[in-house]
Amino acid sequence: MPKKMPKNNKKALGKERLIWMYTQMLRIREFEERVKRTFVEHPGVIRGHTHLADGAEASIVGALATRNENDLAMPSYRCHGYPIVLGTSVKKMMAEIYGRKDGLCQGFGGSMHLADPAHHFPGTSGIIGQAIAHATGAALTAQVKKTGQVIYCFFGDGASKQGAFYESLNMAAVWKLPIVYILENNQYQVYTRVELEDANAAAGDPLSRKAQAFSIPGVTVDGTDPLRVYDAVEKAVKRARAGLGPSLIESKFYRFSAHGNAITVPPVPTQFPEHEAIETYGRKAEYAAARARDPILLFRKKLKSKGVLSEPAAKQIEDSVRAELEQAVQFALASPFPSPEEATKYVYA
Amino acid sequence: MPSEMMYAQAMATAITEEMTRDSNVIFYGQNLGMTDRDPLVRKFGKSRVRITPISETAEMGIAVGAAMTGLRPVVELWMSEFMLVAMGQLLNEAPRLRYMSGGQIKVPLVFKAGYGFAAGWAGQHSNCIYHTMMGIPGLKVALPSTPADAKGLMAASIRDDNPVMYLHHYMTMLGKGPVPDGDYVIPFGVADVKRPGSDVTLVATGWMVTKSLAAAETLAKEGISVEVIDPRTIAPLDVDTIVNSVKKTGRLVLVDQAPRHASVAAIIAGEVAERGFHHLKAPVKMVTALDTSIPYSEPLEKYVLPSEEKIVWAVKSVLGK
Ligand SMILES: Cc1ncc(C[n+]2csc(CCOP(=O)(O)OP(=O)(O)O)c2C)c(N)n1
Ligand SMILES: [Mg+2]
Repeated sequence: MPKKMPKNNKKALGKERLIWMYTQMLRIREFEERVKRTFVEHPGVIRGHTHLADGAEASIVGALATRNENDLAMPSYRCHGYPIVLGTSVKKMMAEIYGRKDGLCQGFGGSMHLADPAHHFPGTSGIIGQAIAHATGAALTAQVKKTGQVIYCFFGDGASKQGAFYESLNMAAVWKLPIVYILENNQYQVYTRVELEDANAAAGDPLSRKAQAFSIPGVTVDGTDPLRVYDAVEKAVKRARAGLGPSLIESKFYRFSAHGNAITVPPVPTQFPEHEAIETYGRKAEYAAARARDPILLFRKKLKSKGVLSEPAAKQIEDSVRAELEQAVQFALASPFPSPEEATKYVYA
Repeated sequence: MPSEMMYAQAMATAITEEMTRDSNVIFYGQNLGMTDRDPLVRKFGKSRVRITPISETAEMGIAVGAAMTGLRPVVELWMSEFMLVAMGQLLNEAPRLRYMSGGQIKVPLVFKAGYGFAAGWAGQHSNCIYHTMMGIPGLKVALPSTPADAKGLMAASIRDDNPVMYLHHYMTMLGKGPVPDGDYVIPFGVADVKRPGSDVTLVATGWMVTKSLAAAETLAKEGISVEVIDPRTIAPLDVDTIVNSVKKTGRLVLVDQAPRHASVAAIIAGEVAERGFHHLKAPVKMVTALDTSIPYSEPLEKYVLPSEEKIVWAVKSVLGK
């Protein structure tokens, strides 16, 4: 399986890279399916709050496919998708979510706080909007140290109403920092539909309109199509790398699972409830329409019609992804818990 | 007549009753009142029940401005750490305005938030940050531990003419207990003796009251009589009830889910050292969280937080057992 991203063909995305992209999308989906299934198959193993990236695959992969080797990705707590693409071990990711010693963060962080700096993934915040500032700080490092890196900053539609968003984008624009802000508009923040809380959405405008406040480029793309996301992000990355400053890209897609597992007090077990569109608003048709535009199905169809992906090749990729994630689950289940006294480690550097 | 209800329900009941009593009370926050079917929206309308974006600085600052000009806002903030992005409004705006205006202005509002969710929520969602609030004159802080207290303190918070930080504990949300019907207001600064006893005084708040009561039950079987006191509000703090209990028992164990130096326990220890030293037959013992952030994995989290076993051990140690 092509885990490492094939070299960037400057002109167009070649067959090899398209298949790599498709494979990464599948790996994200399968990872999230296995996390979700854990709540049913191994109740109690995943604690706290877990947020899945199903539905976001095209947006994540399309964006990250544009990066150079040393560019960083800095998202929010809904963080499983990115490190998968960056080459982080899915075994270690699963073990972290299971609270085990062999986890990425040795059981200290859990689902919301994955970190893998060795793979260009410095870490996340569970507090809305705060990581937008952190990513902007990483862009400052890149600028001061002249590393040539571009920072990919991912956050939700909801997060764009946090002060840190406005303060960070303003500074990034003034300082012309090498960063691309990718606003993942999945149209919900927990139970709240975007038009109930966003001034642009309430007025029927795209959220990329916010870029105008900072006099930077702002575009809206179909986040269910990795190639459209790729094109928009590539343009923004070029601009950032050329020292011209940040851009805001609104990538529109739909989250397929509920915001997170139901919030309960132990020992009451938790699972993923129905999506809020259905549970809160009774919008079954909206949900069904979004599922019908599943980015993975759409991309597979496109690759097949272009003759890039054959049926046997698709089957082979699926099988190997499934096997890889089965191994990740087994690895995580077999990994021991950290010993309690470890808890006082890592308070200070 | 009391009804049996859950802690979460008791808070909601108080909010509904106070909104019915006083049309100046408004209620807003993230992810509430999404549709017209919402019970509070149905009862009070969309003018008084509002959904907000993830904008704590504005949510809290708007409450301050609305309170200065005649409303009594109750803001649902969900988890106490979310307020940290807007701490200026809580610590340096709401509680200061009355004082700075020479008593001309009142800021009657309630910031409602949960805390201490010891269920794998890891470093940024399960902390106890009340220490930052209890030392701010002008701000009142309530930490109910039972459904009845949850109702009575919410009613008191909404009727109070000052900014109130109402902190409910996530681990007690589903706990059931008797709750008085109708008007039920618990005054600020009055501790409650949750269990009378004669050998050792145990002071705890929130979920730690539950743990302390369980420890007291275990200890009773060994013939040790523990008095469990819940201050219920930590600003103002009822030191008298604690000192009076120490007069009787001569021994004090303080249980607190916060890290040691950020705990109510440390404040109470200081007060008792000054006012009750001569009654003490043994050094005061504090059972607090370790000085770490809250880790995700269960064995780590358990190790860091106070437990029934640690409380039992502490009580025995002040008894020299
Ligand atoms: C400051 C702050 N306020 C509230 C929350 C609670 N919260 C967690 S996720 C979330 C919704 C975020 O929505 P969005 O930014 O659209 O991202 P999505 O979950 O849709 O990916 C909220 C309100 C928080 N974590 N931090
Ligand atoms: Mg969203």
